[in-house]
Amino acid sequence: MAERAAAEEFTGAQSLVKSLEQVGADTVFGIPGGAILPAYDPLYDSASVRHILVRHEQGAGHAAEGYAMVTGKVGVCMATSGPGATNLVTPIADAHMDSVPMVAITGQVAGPSIGTDAFQEADIRGITMPITKHNFLVTRPEDIPEAIASAFHIAGTGRPGPVLVDITKDALQARSSFTWPRQLNLPGYRPVTKPHGKQVREAAKLISESSRPVLYVGGGVSKARAAAELKELAELTGIPVVTTLMALGVFPDSHPQNMGMPGMHGTVPAVGALQRADLLIALGTRFDDRVTGQLSTFAPLAKVIHADIDPAEISKNRLADVPIVGDCKEVIAELTSLLRASDALPDVTEWARYLHDLKRRYPTGFDFPEDARLLSPQHVIKRIGELTGPDAYYAAGVGQHQMWAAHYLPFEIPGRWLNSGGLGTMGYCVPAAMGAKVGRPDSIVWGIDGDGCFQMTNQELVTCALEGIPVKIAVINNQSLGMVRQWQTLFYEGRYSNTDLKTNRIPDFPKLAEAMGCVGLRAEDPEDVDSVIEKALSINDVPVVVEFVVHKDAMVWPMVAAGSSNDAIKYARDMAPNWEEEIL
Amino acid sequence: MNTHTLSVLVENKPGVLARVSALFSRRGFNIESLAVGPTEYPHMSRITVVVTVEELVLEQLTKQLNKLIEVLKIVELDPSAVRRELILVKVRAEPEQRGQVLEIVQLFTAKAVDVTNDAITIEATGSPEKLDALLKLLEPFGIRELVQSGLVAIGRGSRSISDRALRPERPKPMRAV
Repeated sequence: MAERAAAEEFTGAQSLVKSLEQVGADTVFGIPGGAILPAYDPLYDSASVRHILVRHEQGAGHAAEGYAMVTGKVGVCMATSGPGATNLVTPIADAHMDSVPMVAITGQVAGPSIGTDAFQEADIRGITMPITKHNFLVTRPEDIPEAIASAFHIAGTGRPGPVLVDITKDALQARSSFTWPRQLNLPGYRPVTKPHGKQVREAAKLISESSRPVLYVGGGVSKARAAAELKELAELTGIPVVTTLMALGVFPDSHPQNMGMPGMHGTVPAVGALQRADLLIALGTRFDDRVTGQLSTFAPLAKVIHADIDPAEISKNRLADVPIVGDCKEVIAELTSLLRASDALPDVTEWARYLHDLKRRYPTGFDFPEDARLLSPQHVIKRIGELTGPDAYYAAGVGQHQMWAAHYLPFEIPGRWLNSGGLGTMGYCVPAAMGAKVGRPDSIVWGIDGDGCFQMTNQELVTCALEGIPVKIAVINNQSLGMVRQWQTLFYEGRYSNTDLKTNRIPDFPKLAEAMGCVGLRAEDPEDVDSVIEKALSINDVPVVVEFVVHKDAMVWPMVAAGSSNDAIKYARDMAPNWEEEIL
Repeated sequence: MNTHTLSVLVENKPGVLARVSALFSRRGFNIESLAVGPTEYPHMSRITVVVTVEELVLEQLTKQLNKLIEVLKIVELDPSAVRRELILVKVRAEPEQRGQVLEIVQLFTAKAVDVTNDAITIEATGSPEKLDALLKLLEPFGIRELVQSGLVAIGRGSRSISDRALRPERPKPMRAV
């Protein structure tokens, strides 16, 4: 009976905090409220879990994503029931699309009140079912440790993703003993990481037989931390590489074999490489429509090797000739050792020469505005990258500035680039940059944001100012919803319906920044660009917001119109490569 | 397109049916029939799903189902499997037609479970084809109410699909985050 006496009892809230400590969570982004309130009491005392009080739950979610992206750990956000929980829906969906490991903890109304339309009740488990990797509703205090342990395990293993744990208020208040599970009871969860030997041999064979292969590299390679393995494979074989939006930096931009980013706003050599390839070696990528364009005309001559940790991605959009289920790090390493051992490397000399020539003839570039007094947004972003260097972390919002950032920032190191690729969440930038800075306090973190995006989530700069999170945000102000405006220019005869934000001093971004406790700077004259960036780089104790007032007619090129074949890529308005003349 | 019968073994947990059915609607897969119930093991339920889809869609559907954490195992039953549905049908039968209706009931080894002056309620089980044939014969009398279960199915022979799903899992190493 001595054992029973020794079993100390804890409230569910205490068990929750103990569980977070147990899994090694050191940072939680959140906002308290009625149903989650019990959890905040023991959290107040935790020595190892830092809670960062954000200003909107969406900010908590994106910050958790940013934190996860830079640390590789599972990001954590917390909110109360009802509106608190529904405000997390966007970042949860974002993390789901971009495979970001995240655990969202929400309070729920007390068990007996569930289903009664109680105050601040929302069925957040039901709401998030299609946008989480898994979710839990916990109604008993003794179930909390296992739910938290399982949530972190599921979020961080296999294909990473968001997991929501919804805990009723009475479960947080009731008492029970605390038992940390020694093993998890998840019989239906068995991610395959080790690739099947036969499939890898089959892939190696296809590679040896190919003459125009391309390594089509996606975010999965970055998530698998397989940059070194990729470099080895690429350099051993000489096969050209394209890195998708989610994979920027996993293979250095400056590497001669890097053809750039494929897709709707991809480079001509990257798009051309895929369209003319006879073999795609697709690694940790999902043949997203923004990459393939019209699917039926995508890479029409190519056989496909598709390696992914999620079997459901393989042959989902494009049928794979050789499917490989496994972790990219292992897949690539095994491929390399097989190819190295055989002396049947493909001869890609001609192919590489052709693509290098394409790269030379169709560089991704931009024209400066005719009026020399106006700022070019591309130039601004390029200079931020040049003056800051490839070692910094860069977060972007969604739209034109995101694509320009993708083209003109220096991506040399894996994991330095954060953006919302799948969901395309405007407002991602500021909170994601905040989360990144918390995860990497000694590094420079730039947010490259647009004036539209910035106005969706800039309130988190208050959090940054008060919590000592000195991010740097560049607001590329073209006074409009630029990407939508670009489409209106191209496809709606320049009828600019509701894309003019009139962001000319309303809001006054530097003043807004000052009001939120940040330093506010502005550049309007091309001559000021460098000095303002340098000024921003010199301030490291408070967040800095730099407004760059840029000309609004700049467009993102190259571009493949939505639903068109990649062959119809234009590298400037009405300027398309003449593929007919391209002889292989 | 072919018709496929899938047996999906799931953990018997709240919300699991919602996850499965939501997955079908979200991914645009059409369900012809879905039946769920307990199994020989209390912690496990079995969902029988009938779909008519192309092979590639079936593959994608199976993979997506497998991603659900609470799905333990999916087996496509082969065409020889025993497939059964249950119907309860209320047929108009004035005293003068009663004999004819009861004759049909007998032919199909169905059961009359309730009789009134002007109606008979019939319980019948069988393959979907058999029940279709029964309904066709009953139709002329006037079907006043029909209720039908989803299809359940089981493979022939002595092997069980739940054995392997039940094997204790190797302990999962806890991953430090």
